[in-house]
Amino acid sequence: MIRLEHVSKVYKTSTRPALDDVSVEMEKGEFVFLIGPSGSGKSTFLRLLLREEVPTRGRVYVSNFDVAKMSRRRVPRLRQSIGCVFQDFRLLPTKTVAENVAFALEVIGKPRNTIVKVVPEVLQLVGLDGKEDRFPTELSGGEQQRVAIARAFVNRPLVLIADEPTGNLDPDTSQDIMLLLERINRTGTTVIMATHDHGIVDSMRRRVVELSYGKVVRDDARGVYGVGR
Amino acid sequence: MRTSFVFSEVVTGLRRNVTMTIAMILTTAISLGLLGGGLLVVRMVDKMQANYAGKLEVSVLLTNDVSANDKDCTQQPCAGLRSQLDQTSGVESVVYQNRDEGFERFKQIFEAQPELLKLARPEAIPATFRVKLEDPERTEVIKNAFEGKPGVKGVDDQGKFLERFFDGLNGFRDVALILALIQAFAALLLISNTIQVSAFTRRVEVGIMRLVGATRWYTQLPFLIEAVVAGIIGAVTAVAGLVLFKAFFLDRITRNLTESGIIPPVGYLDILIVSPWLFLVAILISATTGYVTLRLYVRL
Repeated sequence: MIRLEHVSKVYKTSTRPALDDVSVEMEKGEFVFLIGPSGSGKSTFLRLLLREEVPTRGRVYVSNFDVAKMSRRRVPRLRQSIGCVFQDFRLLPTKTVAENVAFALEVIGKPRNTIVKVVPEVLQLVGLDGKEDRFPTELSGGEQQRVAIARAFVNRPLVLIADEPTGNLDPDTSQDIMLLLERINRTGTTVIMATHDHGIVDSMRRRVVELSYGKVVRDDARGVYGVGR
Repeated sequence: MRTSFVFSEVVTGLRRNVTMTIAMILTTAISLGLLGGGLLVVRMVDKMQANYAGKLEVSVLLTNDVSANDKDCTQQPCAGLRSQLDQTSGVESVVYQNRDEGFERFKQIFEAQPELLKLARPEAIPATFRVKLEDPERTEVIKNAFEGKPGVKGVDDQGKFLERFFDGLNGFRDVALILALIQAFAALLLISNTIQVSAFTRRVEVGIMRLVGATRWYTQLPFLIEAVVAGIIGAVTAVAGLVLFKAFFLDRITRNLTESGIIPPVGYLDILIVSPWLFLVAILISATTGYVTLRLYVRL
């Protein structure tokens, strides 16, 4: 599903590589935590999958895409098969909940009748039915993140990337979001989640890939956050 | 491609930067208006050249002596001059106009100014050969051959006067086109700037679009269309400006000249013929500027 082979990434502005000879493989339907302190290379890792960045060395594969080598023209195809959720939600404040989700389909040219069908479905899945016409500012943080997840999932991506999705949320709300991500994972979607949240990692007991100074220092099939410290 | 989506984006974009959009439209309109003015002058000069081409004559004016004594051009040197003119190659026709006929014609032309007619005496009008040439440009031949001959007072070339008039019009055209070019440059910078501002204010939307896999066209098209729409509104404004300029200004100041047939009137048809070019230029410039700006300055 996802495979990195001896991937290194050196930014022009830095002497130390952000990623240093990283090789890792993730299967379809896996739930993977990507942990490590700030600056350990988590964001770079995720950006490489999305082809926001190109590796300095090595190969990156997502599904059938040879991410590092593919032409710019095909990048939208890759991104359509990956959903993204962020710490700061990134919703459009001028659009309602339903419009925010529909936006993701409109801009990739999905026909209107598909949109009116799948948007309510996905809003129901994330537990926001009844709030379609609210604006993001009228929602709690947890609800806003649900909108973001709905938007990321509405096109049924193969992979869902979540970059500290609970970073701005209280523990209870975080727990709800994790349940939602787990539910999405059960549909067969690979979920990769970068996080600093010990509690969540420890309670979920899923695969943990730990990065430190750009290297993979741990890869446990059923890991916890703080082992060996 | 969902057109409704793209167009709602365009409308939002234009509304959000409304002051910038107005500046862009006005600059484009002035530039295109000047271009249109220049093109109208070109059309006018062409029409005049066509109008006059068949009518231009060279007048060989005869001396007072001949004018007074030789009404029918039967004596020398008049008869000799006529046969020489007839034999000159490139001459299409030669008409002899004696003093009385000349005076009649003078009276006709200045009908409207009786005080001038009161002062005029037939003695002041010379007998004249009105020479029509096959090629109206080649007046030099007649001038060189007949100026200074016995019986000839001078050779008068209507083309010379017209040439000066055309020079004036062409000068006006050049100034209009140069100003249009300068304004077009300003419009170009404004378009580029507006797109950059527009892209900046919509960076969150654009970021999301990129992330969910919108194609380059989907992300860029709204910006491009925004520029083109502003360009087209500019062209509409320019055409309206030309129509108003014609109706309220040009018609008034040129009425005398056009009614006496000296210059052809600028018609609404002329504006109609020129305006597609203005639209074409507007669309080309805004689309190209938009495209280049997006390529060079905006990461989408």
